[in-house]
Amino acid sequence: MPASILKQGEYLIASIQSALTDGEVLQLQDDIAEQVGRFRSRGVILDVSGLDVIDSFVSRALHAMAITAKLRGANAVIVGIRPEVAFAIVQMGLTLEGVRTALDLEEGLAFLNRWGKETGDSGR
Amino acid sequence: MADEDRISIGSDSDLVVARQKGRELAGQLGFSGTDATLIATAISELARNILAYAGAGEIALSHVFENGRDGIVVVARDEGPGIVDIDAATNEGFSTGRGLGMGLPGTRRLMDEFQIHSEAGKGTQVVVKKWRGRARG
Repeated sequence: MPASILKQGEYLIASIQSALTDGEVLQLQDDIAEQVGRFRSRGVILDVSGLDVIDSFVSRALHAMAITAKLRGANAVIVGIRPEVAFAIVQMGLTLEGVRTALDLEEGLAFLNRWGKETGDSGR
Repeated sequence: MADEDRISIGSDSDLVVARQKGRELAGQLGFSGTDATLIATAISELARNILAYAGAGEIALSHVFENGRDGIVVVARDEGPGIVDIDAATNEGFSTGRGLGMGLPGTRRLMDEFQIHSEAGKGTQVVVKKWRGRARG
């Protein structure tokens, strides 16, 4: 499987290991939306450190996944964009506007923890 | 153009093969890792365009020498419906397919040279080049 979702406490960690087909992208998006509800997750980390290319299609898909998670009430953060991949994204003129990013998994978890504290952990 | 490496594009998995070959060739030709990633990304966009608009086609990769400089040339060919309004297709935000409006303009920005020939009902050919060791533009 090129992508897997791991439940880690109140967060979901979706790791994308290699290039996804269109079908797999949609499947992952569905799975995230469904699992956020099933596990009542407060945060989703999309780990893309396994991707050596992020083209406009994948960029749009990541954006859609993050927004889907948000609409389901979970905060989403993309982690692990490689330096040369970041450069290619900029060069293409793509933006991941409205999407949180962090350097790596550790920073992504730290971000979600901070965000959870700021908004309070009760009430869901 | 000798030693042309051709990859036929008919599914998502061919797209991965095409960009891996592009990255390999870029490495062999002495491009930096960053440039190899830009080239692989451009190949990905071109291959997706083939899949989205023509359904099938091919990507050809080769080494090019011109006016004392050398680089990589990527040719994307298909026999699809062709692009009627090329100016629009190479502008930001234009798309008639599945939301790939950034595809061609994105590719143009990743590479140094970009040429497109298309004929309605006959197909499209996109030729992009990147020169080795030159400033990006």
